[in-house]
Amino acid sequence: MADKNGFLLRIITPDRVFYENQVDMVEFNTTEGEIGILPGHIPMTVIVKPGILNISEPEADKEAALHAGFAEILPESVTILAEIVEWPGEIDEKRAMAAKDRAEERLHNRTPETDIARAETALQRALARIQVLK
Amino acid sequence: MASMRDIKRRKSSIQGTQQITKAMKLVSTVKLQRARASAERSKDYFTCMFDTVNSILKRVGHVEHKYLASSTSEDSAGAEHPDGAKKKAVIVITSNRGLAGGYNSNVIKLITRHPVWKKEDLQVYCLGNKGREAFTRSGYEVKDCNSDIVESPVYADAMVLSERLLKSFAEGEIGEIYLAYTAFKNTVSHIPTLLRLLPVDTGNSKEESGENTETKEASAVMNFEPEDTEALDMLIPKYVTSLIYGALREAIASENGARMQAMDSATSNAEEIISDLTLKYNRARQGSITQELTEIIAGAEALG
Repeated sequence: MADKNGFLLRIITPDRVFYENQVDMVEFNTTEGEIGILPGHIPMTVIVKPGILNISEPEADKEAALHAGFAEILPESVTILAEIVEWPGEIDEKRAMAAKDRAEERLHNRTPETDIARAETALQRALARIQVLK
Repeated sequence: MASMRDIKRRKSSIQGTQQITKAMKLVSTVKLQRARASAERSKDYFTCMFDTVNSILKRVGHVEHKYLASSTSEDSAGAEHPDGAKKKAVIVITSNRGLAGGYNSNVIKLITRHPVWKKEDLQVYCLGNKGREAFTRSGYEVKDCNSDIVESPVYADAMVLSERLLKSFAEGEIGEIYLAYTAFKNTVSHIPTLLRLLPVDTGNSKEESGENTETKEASAVMNFEPEDTEALDMLIPKYVTSLIYGALREAIASENGARMQAMDSATSNAEEIISDLTLKYNRARQGSITQELTEIIAGAEALG
């Protein structure tokens, strides 16, 4: 690792700046699979898939559920433009459970009209929420 | 000359109106501050989104993509008669309530007085009651109206709308998507704006951002994962959504700004009328006293 200071992570949602701090590492799920980013990464833009966002700060680790958006990765900074992102405290567990059941049921009893991609995204989203809570 | 009682009644009625307009002004001032703060908070997101999409478009160059203006269709758009068969969708953001000065009518005029567009070619998507009323009255094709969004916009609302539009765009039902809203410049100036959402104008965005991003671009070549075109498929819906959402935010700030101004001038107009009426009232009172005195003196003289 070239520099010890980590990099600047900014997570921006349409309504607020969700997170802004110097971090050592950030991990999240993308369309190409889960990735972890360390300082000095080559410039890259990736599309976010529902999953857990893991932020490693110098002192502690933080988790959040990240559902949609994209990330711009530069050597000294990472900007995640998140459409939906939640801290564990903001998640309604019962709702997430219900959403998971609903999505599973839709995938099991699929009919020609079922929007499979949508049900899968919903399922992933619910799973990410539940996982973050644990 | 109106009698004293009439003037008094009129004055108290205007005072009542003035109290109402004053209260409305205070309310919209508070709302404006809140709307402006939230518009500013979300500004980061949109500038970042705009920059990213632009830098991708710059890299991709002239690629044939369903959401982009290819070089051929751009030429025909320049001739102001883009493939005539396809309709244009216009999203119009207005308010649900009136008493906001020219706020609503200015936006509506953008469409109704457009030099080239004809009524028949348009599909109007209204956000806000006032717009729907005006467009139905003048016989436009109002496809959809969702007035609740305008009260407190949520990102999900914008997502639903953009999904719907993109779907009918992909199916070829509509050829272009426009957005009409009031841009919020500062508290006193709001500019009715007409913006083309789709197809994304590659030519324009290059010109605008060409100079300032070029320096940035030189230092860092951006990689895309997935590939450019695939990334565009996913980014452009997000881009459209964020533009709609940003426009909603700004429109709300503008609405409250416009209402604040309207109510402010209403209050000061009421003030003016009241002072005028007070003068008239005093004159009438003095007149009646003089008359009474004259009558008394005349009566006393007649007796003596």
